[in-house]
Amino acid sequence: MLDWFRRLFALPPGASSFADGVDRLHLFLVASTLFGSLLVALTVAFTVARQREREPGQPTPRLVASGAREALIVAGCLSLFLSWWVLGCRQYVRMRRPPAGTVPVYVTAKQWMWKFSYPDGRSSLDELTVVVNRPVQLIMTSRDVIHSFFVPAFRSKQDALPGRYVSLWFEPTRVGEYPIECAEYCGVSHSNMLGRVRVLSAQDYATWLESEGSSRDSLPKLAELGREAAVRHSCFSCHTVDGQSHIGPTWQGLFGASVALTSGERVTADAGYLTRAMIDPAAEIVAGYPAVMPSYVGSLSPPEVAAILEYIRSLAASSAMPSVALPRTRLASPLATDAPPATAAQAAP
Amino acid sequence: MTTVADLPRVEPNFLGAQTSVRSWLLSTDHKRIGILYFVATTLALGLGGLFALLLRIEHLTPEKTIMEAMTYNRLFTLHGITMVWLFMIPSIPAAFGNFLLPLQLGATEVAFPRLNLLSFWIYVLGAGVVLFSLWLGGVDTGWTYYAPYSSRSPSAVVPALVGIFIVGWSTILTGINFIVSVHTLRARGLSWMRVPLFSWTIYATSIIQVLATPVLGFSLLVVMLDHAFAWGLFDPAQGGDPVLYQHLFWFYSHPAVYIMILPAMGVVSEVVSTFAHKNPYSYKALVYSTLGIAFVGFLTWGHHMFVAGMSVFDAGAFGVLSMLVAIFSAIKVFGWVATLRRGSISVKAPLLYVFGFLFLFIFGGMSGVAVAAMSLDVHWHDTYFVVAHFHFVMVGGTLTAWLAALHYWFPKVTGKLYSERWAAVASALVILGFFGTFLPQFLLGNAGMPRRYYNYAPHYQALNVASTLGSWALGSGLLMTLGYLLHALVRGPSSGANPWLSRSFEWRTASPPPERNFEQPLDLGLDAYDYTAGFSDAERRP
Repeated sequence: MLDWFRRLFALPPGASSFADGVDRLHLFLVASTLFGSLLVALTVAFTVARQREREPGQPTPRLVASGAREALIVAGCLSLFLSWWVLGCRQYVRMRRPPAGTVPVYVTAKQWMWKFSYPDGRSSLDELTVVVNRPVQLIMTSRDVIHSFFVPAFRSKQDALPGRYVSLWFEPTRVGEYPIECAEYCGVSHSNMLGRVRVLSAQDYATWLESEGSSRDSLPKLAELGREAAVRHSCFSCHTVDGQSHIGPTWQGLFGASVALTSGERVTADAGYLTRAMIDPAAEIVAGYPAVMPSYVGSLSPPEVAAILEYIRSLAASSAMPSVALPRTRLASPLATDAPPATAAQAAP
Repeated sequence: MTTVADLPRVEPNFLGAQTSVRSWLLSTDHKRIGILYFVATTLALGLGGLFALLLRIEHLTPEKTIMEAMTYNRLFTLHGITMVWLFMIPSIPAAFGNFLLPLQLGATEVAFPRLNLLSFWIYVLGAGVVLFSLWLGGVDTGWTYYAPYSSRSPSAVVPALVGIFIVGWSTILTGINFIVSVHTLRARGLSWMRVPLFSWTIYATSIIQVLATPVLGFSLLVVMLDHAFAWGLFDPAQGGDPVLYQHLFWFYSHPAVYIMILPAMGVVSEVVSTFAHKNPYSYKALVYSTLGIAFVGFLTWGHHMFVAGMSVFDAGAFGVLSMLVAIFSAIKVFGWVATLRRGSISVKAPLLYVFGFLFLFIFGGMSGVAVAAMSLDVHWHDTYFVVAHFHFVMVGGTLTAWLAALHYWFPKVTGKLYSERWAAVASALVILGFFGTFLPQFLLGNAGMPRRYYNYAPHYQALNVASTLGSWALGSGLLMTLGYLLHALVRGPSSGANPWLSRSFEWRTASPPPERNFEQPLDLGLDAYDYTAGFSDAERRP
């Protein structure tokens, strides 16, 4: 049924775990639209045929809708539209919430190419290689204008915005090659900003990794690059990686944790939050810490941001106890709090 | 035996009263200003249509057919700007609204006649500046001017924006003029709930124009400053926020969709009632749904940004609010269809276009609800599906209603009749051509072809060719319409005062109307939609 529908409505094959649900909703929408338009067309045709003017200017009776009928029509349409929305919204929420254990790939879009960086240090242009049936999370940004990562076969799309990191996840379910298209107009070569996703079986993927092996081993890992970038930009002056509180929150176990902010809100320290914290640190300060971090807009390049993110992510799992105690620092800044900085978890109400 | 004194004094109609060029260009008569707007917006339609035909020809082949990528990008931008701001927004409100609003209110003028003339010339000035940007090489940002591309685009962004900014002033002034007119100039005894439905939609549209256009104005102003002086308010490289621009832009541009479609709905209400010779099945439902659309239309802009990185909660809220607008539109569709019941239906050209409107608008509207069903929008966003959706609403809806209005009120304005046979042929060409052009685009969007693509993958070609062929049928239908209407203007037989036997107020005076609109004060004994009494022999004779 779904294959038949796809062929008739020019849809590409469904190659992700979203595709079947989205296409089923699509079929439901098309069916109810055709039913509605056919109903109106037939009613109009039938009425016109029966009620053709017999004599110009003849009187007609005055008919006025009853409130009950109007309410019935409103309730009917409302329940139809709301059922569309409920189905669509549930699928949308699923698309926006990556499951635990996704493999991250960092995507940098620029006029007019896609760059994919993998945690193991490899990177590729315009070609993304993934394993079938394993969820992938793309953490995306742009170096210039807005682009949009679109894989029709996955029914998946997300804008890549300059200055922030947004994520997109999908789980490919079918081995094959699928086109990537840029969907947001980005200048003269917009329609040439193409790529492809290669979905390999677990076996083929292993073979492919081996063939890449020699070059891969010589590459520094992305997290290692991130550590180097963090050293270069003096991140460790304020942040530790061993769980101890310093001027800023520790990076150990930070990624994916829920942190309390001075505003009283709680956020998940995901790629989006961590990038915002690098670009506009004063906006969302973790409770218990002074607002002293400068903005890194313009000084951190998108690849450095991606590498630092990957480094912080690599620290999420490690739970090594602090080996040394850091000296308590008192800041000269008037913004510094008198109380010793608490860790994020302790600050939670 | 009647004497000369008993005959009604024949005043010259507004067309014949004065004939100098100056008496047209500097007229403060709302009817003449309406015609000026009509001519100007129709020229804009011709220009935008020409751009569209060229774009479609380019898409006959996957690679270059007749133009370079840069030319293509500039053409689709200009097609959008011309059609949205120079044609669609002023088309029905400023042209037909100007002509008909005072007539439907039983008034002799709009509230501020000189301001009305000023609005027109501001529009001409703005349109001139937009066309001047074309001469400077044009703009390539798309009509949406998304930042930060618009801050960096190597094209004439600033002149085009200045032009739109100026046109915006004309839109606001016209809106104020109409709102004040409806409040203050209704004839004695014409209570709000007796105001004709077309005037209601013009009133609601005017409110949107006055509230939303300033937001567009200052957003575009900031884009200009970003582009010209690198202010960077929307450019993240300087700490700006490009998504903020999208919020501001769609806060205007989504209600702007209702600026374009509400007057079209007003036309449909009038035409259905007149040609079915029947009261609207629910006048109140049509009025309240008009106001409902105008209000809820302000709360749905976020559905343009489901994949722009907004939170799941925001997306859900914008999704469900969008469904409400659809409810109001659905009420209208059922209201129009039910109005035909037990009527005395004369199938003339305006009604043919309204049938086209009904069918196309259902597709356009339902596909609109479909793109608000969030998960599907992820696939459809920025593809040809969206292009097809809004062309179904804007062309299938508004342009079709504009053609219905043109055919319906042509005798009112000119006092002449056109050939029904030619009109029937042209309407069939327009509606079938429309289907041919835009149905394939729904499928292209399903297949995954993004919009604004100069080159496309070869497997999209068959549908693109079909769409181009459709555009030729649509174009020739419109040219044919221009032909027989011009012919009727010169050679057409006289229509008489009320050729369609309508009860609406604008038909209760001569066609074309006298300079002061009514020879006697408007008789409000019968409602605008009261067909229970039938028509006397005198009324039936032209």
